[in-house]
Amino acid sequence: MSKPRVATTSLAGCFGCHMSLLDIDERILSLIERVDFDRSPIDDIKHISQRCAIGLIEGGCCNEENVRVLYEFRKNCDLLISVGDCATMGGIPALRNNIPLQECIDEAYRTGVTVYNPDDITPQDPEIPLLLNRVYPCHEVVKIDYFLPGCPPSADTLWAALTALLSGQPLELPYELLKYD
Amino acid sequence: MSKSKSVVTEICNRYGNTRVRLMDIVRDVQQELGHVPREAFDLIAKGAHTHRVEVESVISFYAFLSERKKGDVVIRLCDDIIDRYQGGEAVAEALTRALGIGFNETTSDGRVTLEKTPSIGMSDQAPAMMVNDVMVTRLTPELIPGLVAKLRQTNDPQSLVESYGDGNNAHALIRSMVCNNIRESGAVILADYKRERGLRKALTETPADVIADVKASGLRGRGGAGFLTGLKWELTRESPGAEKFVLCNADEGEPGTFKDRVLLTERADLMIEGMTIAGYATGAETGIIYLRGEYAYLRPYLEDVLNRRRAGKLLGNGILGNAEFHFDVRIQMGAGAYICGEETSLISSCEGTRGDPSDRTPFPVAKGYLVSPTAVNNVETYCCAARIMDQGAGWFAAIGTQRSTGTKLLSVCGDCARPGIYEVPFGTTLREVLRRAGAENTAAVQVGGPSGQMVGPAQFDQGISYEELATGGSMMVFSNDRDILEIVEAFMEFFVKESCGYCVPCRVGNVLLKSRIERIRQGDGAPADLAYLKKLGESVKRMSRCGLGQTSPNPILTSLKNFQPVYNALVREDKTGLQKSFHIMRAVEEASVIAGRRSEVFHA
Repeated sequence: MSKPRVATTSLAGCFGCHMSLLDIDERILSLIERVDFDRSPIDDIKHISQRCAIGLIEGGCCNEENVRVLYEFRKNCDLLISVGDCATMGGIPALRNNIPLQECIDEAYRTGVTVYNPDDITPQDPEIPLLLNRVYPCHEVVKIDYFLPGCPPSADTLWAALTALLSGQPLELPYELLKYD
Repeated sequence: MSKSKSVVTEICNRYGNTRVRLMDIVRDVQQELGHVPREAFDLIAKGAHTHRVEVESVISFYAFLSERKKGDVVIRLCDDIIDRYQGGEAVAEALTRALGIGFNETTSDGRVTLEKTPSIGMSDQAPAMMVNDVMVTRLTPELIPGLVAKLRQTNDPQSLVESYGDGNNAHALIRSMVCNNIRESGAVILADYKRERGLRKALTETPADVIADVKASGLRGRGGAGFLTGLKWELTRESPGAEKFVLCNADEGEPGTFKDRVLLTERADLMIEGMTIAGYATGAETGIIYLRGEYAYLRPYLEDVLNRRRAGKLLGNGILGNAEFHFDVRIQMGAGAYICGEETSLISSCEGTRGDPSDRTPFPVAKGYLVSPTAVNNVETYCCAARIMDQGAGWFAAIGTQRSTGTKLLSVCGDCARPGIYEVPFGTTLREVLRRAGAENTAAVQVGGPSGQMVGPAQFDQGISYEELATGGSMMVFSNDRDILEIVEAFMEFFVKESCGYCVPCRVGNVLLKSRIERIRQGDGAPADLAYLKKLGESVKRMSRCGLGQTSPNPILTSLKNFQPVYNALVREDKTGLQKSFHIMRAVEEASVIAGRRSEVFHA
């Protein structure tokens, strides 16, 4: 029987959750014995190639490209996990949700104190994905099966969650892995 | 500024320059100046020996207080599901057309401000509105242009009252068009009775014997929670404290209830007699009637009743010749906050602060008003107590059921031919109540108001009692033509607005519950949403600190239980795993306009 496949992606996140995944250190060797990685920034595969058992989503949705990727994951993964606070709640990027979109764009490209833009150009290349009206947590866009809180969730949390899912055991995270103060 | 300065100083002096009377002070300033200007905050704080932040927090908390200048006349249209179903929306539209302004706006001449307000206790004569303190009931869109023209002409809200209602509504100190709508009187409260006989009998007994009588009668609190009144009085009496207090909760804010309105109009003496008996039993010398701001039109009358009783030695020092017994009552006006019907909030409000609830324990019987032992009872409870002393505990206990003795006043409103007040013995079935009220094709009844439960025909044979269908009095009837989830959403909107915001489960949870109901109503719901509603609703109930949050999910939880098919018909399992409530084209619309191009990803 072929190994279950795992795909990962970072949407409107900082890649901190992926760094945390790499923090499982040498356990990554035992992980790749048990699973095959499909689409992921870690192996740089651009699109999901076949049905995956698990999709790990870092970050919420701030633009149309995020939504497209999330749709691809939902369509091709049996289980989707929102990893970290941005995927779960929108996180830091969602701080813009109370500021009009035009103001956000102007602050980024024209009026911000560190901006150098003598021609006062706001880039409009069609390659740049359109921003959404606000930043959405993933579960408002697609159905999410599990949530792993934390900023980022610790390597031990990720490891415990993945091994529990792969062995079909119920996931019981000890208190130490869920408190952050 | 000099005018407001002298006004504020005078008002602060009037209330003895104490922070405990801050509610009265800011209410009077508002009355005098039309608003409480920011510049006056420091003056009030100084005059009441408190801090500016206390003044500001009180003004921002209560709906009827405002630092913003409003029109000379403020029209508050009752925005309640009952009013809406009786044509309230058309009335709202007629008002905006006649005044030429929208809601929360003031006419350019500064004369009229238009607002909406939750239930004002007129559900039996809806739609209704308050014009300053004047109640105008049974509105129709056709009546509005004439009313507005008259108001423009006279600038006097009282001029809108063309004929008076029945009974004391026509009293020289009330002069209101409100009707009592007493449909059925029972043996206890609305029956004819001999004035002061209960008080006289009580004074021949020891306070302990009075408490024993009330306990033996089985009387339970009529506000809805049903605590044993005799036990409450006993605990108040036994709690250590130099001073004790008797508070009367006349803040009936539960949408759909109006029975206290009728009692305050027709049975004020009986109520105060009951309070006086409570004062005697508990050892309190001060009573406070907390009167909801919406019932300000009854205040001059009630003050007159109090004065008359003082003159007749029924209040004051040495009541009825009993040299040992002193008791007097003051009226504390509320200012438009539903939460103040919760007893700890009511106490906070009487103490001149925001109507924030406080933790129980300690219960008010141990540490209530001014940290002293306090018995807080409903208007109707005091009326019952006076009648029990008159007629005897056995007489009272023989009425009703074993665990719910006596009669209950029901405020029946909504889709029925005869809305109004029904005094029925406990144990009367809901079906019987509906029959008497002339309700046909009834789909649902909200028993006990939004914080109570929504029941369907399967529950109609249950009795009105603490053990089956508990209610503080509100009975809202909805026919088959009504949309159950529209009603539920309206109730959730009410709780979102009335939450004091202190604790997260209530402040945030109610918003989440409401938005999920909206999603289901829009046809974007999935079966998982129903499980979510149930789980979140239970969390809000369990984790909130006061009665508001502990009951606010009830419209959802009880309708989920009793009207499951209605929900099931609206939700659909979705195999794609996409959320139907997320609309990508809507989400990118704004950026698309800014960029001047369409979505490359999603625009096929």
